[in-house]
Amino acid sequence: MFGRKSFRGGVHPPEHKHLTQNKPIVTLPTPLRVVIPLSQHTGSPCRAIVAVGDEVNEGQKIGESTGFVSAPVHASIAGTVVAVESRPHPVLAFPVPSVVIESKPDATAATAAWTKNIDWRTLTAESIKDKIKEAGIVGMGGAAFPTHVKLSPPPGKTIRALLVNGAECEPYLTTDHRLMLERSDEILEGVLILLKALDIKTAVIGIEKNKTDAADLLREKIRRKEAAGEIAGDESVRVATLKVKYPQGAEKQLIKALLGREVPSGGLPFEVGVVVQNVGTAFAVYEAVVKDKPLIERVVTVSGDAVAEPANVLVRIGTSFRDLLAFAGGVTGSDGAAAAGVEVPGAEAQGVEVSSAKTAGPAEGAAPAEKPRAGYKMIMGGPMMGLAQYTLDAPVIKGTSGFLVLKQGDTKPSVACVKCGACVDRCPAGLMPYQLGNLSERNDFAACAEFNVKDCMECGVCSFVCPSARPLVHLIKYAKLNLAKQKK
Amino acid sequence: MSDRFVISSSPHFLTRGNTAGIMWLVVVALLPTAVAGVIIFGLPAAFVIGVSVATCVATEVLSQLAFKRPVTIKDGSAVVTGLLLAFILPSSTPFWVVIVGGVSAIFLVKQLFGGLGFNIFNPALAARAVLQTSFPVFVNATTRPVHSILSFDAVTAASALNAIKEGTANVHYSLGDLFFGTVPGALGETCKLTLLIGAALLVLFRVVDLRIPLPYIAVAALLSWIFGRDPLEAVLSGGLILGAFFMATDLVTSPATPWGKVVFGAGCGILTIVIRNYGGFPEGVCYSILLMNCAVPLLDKAFRPRVFGTRTSALRKTAAAPKGGSEA
Repeated sequence: MFGRKSFRGGVHPPEHKHLTQNKPIVTLPTPLRVVIPLSQHTGSPCRAIVAVGDEVNEGQKIGESTGFVSAPVHASIAGTVVAVESRPHPVLAFPVPSVVIESKPDATAATAAWTKNIDWRTLTAESIKDKIKEAGIVGMGGAAFPTHVKLSPPPGKTIRALLVNGAECEPYLTTDHRLMLERSDEILEGVLILLKALDIKTAVIGIEKNKTDAADLLREKIRRKEAAGEIAGDESVRVATLKVKYPQGAEKQLIKALLGREVPSGGLPFEVGVVVQNVGTAFAVYEAVVKDKPLIERVVTVSGDAVAEPANVLVRIGTSFRDLLAFAGGVTGSDGAAAAGVEVPGAEAQGVEVSSAKTAGPAEGAAPAEKPRAGYKMIMGGPMMGLAQYTLDAPVIKGTSGFLVLKQGDTKPSVACVKCGACVDRCPAGLMPYQLGNLSERNDFAACAEFNVKDCMECGVCSFVCPSARPLVHLIKYAKLNLAKQKK
Repeated sequence: MSDRFVISSSPHFLTRGNTAGIMWLVVVALLPTAVAGVIIFGLPAAFVIGVSVATCVATEVLSQLAFKRPVTIKDGSAVVTGLLLAFILPSSTPFWVVIVGGVSAIFLVKQLFGGLGFNIFNPALAARAVLQTSFPVFVNATTRPVHSILSFDAVTAASALNAIKEGTANVHYSLGDLFFGTVPGALGETCKLTLLIGAALLVLFRVVDLRIPLPYIAVAALLSWIFGRDPLEAVLSGGLILGAFFMATDLVTSPATPWGKVVFGAGCGILTIVIRNYGGFPEGVCYSILLMNCAVPLLDKAFRPRVFGTRTSALRKTAAAPKGGSEA
């Protein structure tokens, strides 16, 4: 309906990418302390294999995966394990078991070199997958699904194409953009490695039209690799330009845009013969396979209208948001510095989140007795799907693509739904979000199920376009949560 | 000293547009027609408009206070209802009839059902139906255009549709008169020029969804032609343009699904022409939209969009499913 390189519905929110899109990736100095959660991925949590007092090296495995859908975690700095206990987590609303590592301030040789250069062409597909699994690689776009699982299609499913997701449709975020500009060779190597692991010949890199510099650079690099014979004659790696539209980077929408095929409701991309990997994942795969380097750091966009010096930062996993924000100059405004350095009682904030589940206004939910003094919102991820943070003590994890601090002056009060149908028109999943919101508000979860609530990917388009500022995503999450509880 | 961060579900920023903005834009879009109504029908028209808007706003405040709901007159929806109600009354309507209409629209049709967003019927049209049943003499009169704005003597005359209905062949209005509104009728329905300007504004700002008015007007024109009438005259007569662009498109009382909107508009078109030709009234816009308002929940259910990744549309699934149990 809208041409090949797109999908039904969606919106074009203000991008705000200019804050960081021209800023080269800078490396955060190795932090003195990291908190590494044992659960950073979709799937079963890890089991700690170190104890308090143990000395660990950078890159040493500290958490062993406990199932197939799981990924091990590694020490991101060299130092001493000072605690193995529950700590605040940026995704889960409760503290989760984590390994706390402190480096000695005088340790100068703490940084590992990672200078290996393994010829991956001599490896088998199985050994590549093993290395990816051992390196603890998960989807870097945010969902954090273990990559080796995605590379192992169930028997009977034939994979024909690898789609590499460089859409980066979330506003503010520029990590994938910068990575494509600054690590293009590594990303392309990673794509070729993934092709070998999947034993297929075709890869398509999808990039939104607002990143033509990255698309052009990758096309140029592909031409050079083809000329040098590094891309075999029967292999095809190409770059496709996508319409700038949110949520273009959602897995199923990307497949629809690039191949015109719809993944069946409730199904996985395997079912249409496709595997989707993020460009950041391709880069991590390159590092794991060629340099034997586990996933211990990643690029994070630190941005938002309240951040003093927005930046793209290469950060060790486990670095606290506090350290990250301090590196980006802290928060702007008179009481900004205070906001960045202040403890927030976790338990109280959790209570806030629960209570706001039924109150309409996002801002009102956080005001128990007095109005919040600092109207800041800390978000892990992008503004459309990211998660509001209740404490700066939470760490950067493998799926952290961005950390935003937004001033919350622009919240509008939630009023009754006027059934304008804007959400129905824009929902990329073809749902009726207003209806789901109304039903969820009445606790009619069976009806929510009948209206396909499980097909919602919580992209946030409905809430974004709603003129009545209805908390539709919130209500939908609430319905899903209750349906999951009923199942148990 | 502890500090707090704002915690809420994603997404963390929203569009600027809001419901009150939409309502006030509708008010702006209706103003040219209000001015045209006063120019064509004189000061009595201004009086009816003023009484209607004031009654609607006052009723909204009083009922919200009575029901202990937040007072939301700032959202502009009562002003819209007041303007629309005035537009479908003749300028000769006595003030107390207008007041009964305004109270019916806001109290009976809107607030008793739960306020903005919960009413089933278009408040202005439902109020007009109440007046039609209670005081047909006053609201059925169609006032003749005046020669001077300052003229206070409202003289009734046959409208174009009255003439057609009664077979009065000697009363005939040119298309130009119909377009500029210098014909007898309700005070805000005759001037198509200003109505279309307002409609264009709303379409431009995406407040009016053409998927309702276009099928409405197209079906009405086609059916009129089948009934042997001049389709252009049929479209420009009576309240069709006002109804199609400003009444049928009322967000709350029209479908939210894309195909539901199309069928809703087409249904309004069919009913309007059927009533014009076979009904007891010369005009069918009001009742056709009210009847279709009743069908909105069914239409939204029947025309659910196709869920991504499903082959059959939800429509077919619903149709195939056994009746009952769907509200479980």
